[in-house]
Amino acid sequence: MFDAVAKNISYLLGGYWITVKLTMFALAGGISLGILVGLGRISRKKWVYYPVTFYVNLIRNIPLILVIFWFYFVMPIIVGSPMDPFPSAVISFIIFEATYFGEILRAGYQSVSKGQIDAGYSTGLTYIQTTRYILIPIALRRMLPSMITQSIVTYQDTCLAFVIGLPEFVRRTTIVDNLEVRSIQLFGFVAILFLITCYISSAVSRRFEVKRERGY
Amino acid sequence: MGIAYNFDWGVLWRQPYGVWLLKGVWLTIQLGLLGWFIALALGIFIGTIRISRWRWLRFLGTAYVEVFRNIPFLVQLFFWYYAGPMLFGQTLQFRINAIIGLNYYVAIVALGLYTASRVAEHVRAGFGSIARDQYQAALSTGLTEVQMYRYVIIPYALRIIIPPLTTEFLTIFKNSSIAMTIGVAEATFMSYKIDSETFHGLEATTGAMAIYLILGLAVVKLMGILESRFRIAGLVGRK
Repeated sequence: MFDAVAKNISYLLGGYWITVKLTMFALAGGISLGILVGLGRISRKKWVYYPVTFYVNLIRNIPLILVIFWFYFVMPIIVGSPMDPFPSAVISFIIFEATYFGEILRAGYQSVSKGQIDAGYSTGLTYIQTTRYILIPIALRRMLPSMITQSIVTYQDTCLAFVIGLPEFVRRTTIVDNLEVRSIQLFGFVAILFLITCYISSAVSRRFEVKRERGY
Repeated sequence: MGIAYNFDWGVLWRQPYGVWLLKGVWLTIQLGLLGWFIALALGIFIGTIRISRWRWLRFLGTAYVEVFRNIPFLVQLFFWYYAGPMLFGQTLQFRINAIIGLNYYVAIVALGLYTASRVAEHVRAGFGSIARDQYQAALSTGLTEVQMYRYVIIPYALRIIIPPLTTEFLTIFKNSSIAMTIGVAEATFMSYKIDSETFHGLEATTGAMAIYLILGLAVVKLMGILESRFRIAGLVGRK
């Protein structure tokens, strides 16, 4: 039944590995930048707050596919030479997902009580230390279920790197399909793999949601 | 800055490119609106059966939501477009593939099916926020279960979930850009096409970004009007 998949399995799984790598880079960069974006969104300094808010609202209203194209066109101008699809995709995913992680973390930061922050200051910690050791750890833990959900979305989003010719999972599947013309089993295989991995991850997320009830 | 790049914003209005973009926008609007009708109707239905008393109906609703949420939209689109016709057997397959503008219809249906799973989740959450006594009060006035949903619960739930539905409505326009991968010539497709003709993709995609921003603002405005028009005094809303 899955003969065309079995025949090309190493090629397809090679593409899946690129998808996984892209997801890892996008998450590492997106969450790191997202932590800063979230901080910018609660900043009282106007010159921080307004540019960050503009960036977040701009990116969140634009389709991801367009962001991917835009960076694919703009990077060669900045770097000065044509750029490979992979680094270009990584950059666009970091810029894009950081706005979503940033908004999740902003809600997390705002849920940390003023008393805890004041307690930090009163023990003699500086702003950076309070943020680093109190605000960010509490917010990250509290927002863990939403962060996992957004990570699953990121994982699903990465297949859009298809459009700039990155030979990831879906791109390789279409290449195989052009030769084999076994669309049902090939795309069925991709769908089932995504279904299983995403379902398991969201089950994990739900477990955290139950555990969250224990306070911090 | 690396290479010298001569900006040419004229690609946004010079012919034929300006008309291309406008045609693309019109197609984006069509995809979003038509997909939205399917998503809303199906999403309300599935959200309702997810809280039904019959276990197998609940199971069907949950299965639908899990399947459509956990597979990337791009994969779903490819599956319907490439594998979909094959599901009907060989004779029908060739007839279906001969339909002119097949990709356009597939994109609308796929968008609708995908977004329905997200709408269903909001509808379910909306039902959850309605107090138990509302259900009991409706039943005790002699309404049947179907009437209770039709005249009491769904009208309430829909009003409560207008803000999250606004987000989904915005998302369907953004997701419609993915239809370019099966050759639907919507706004993103057109900006890419302009790039392949003029090598000014940067300007073309920037123009497309502005288009999506304007479209988004229009949707937010429209949903705001809807929300205030259908407000029931005393019902908790955004304001």
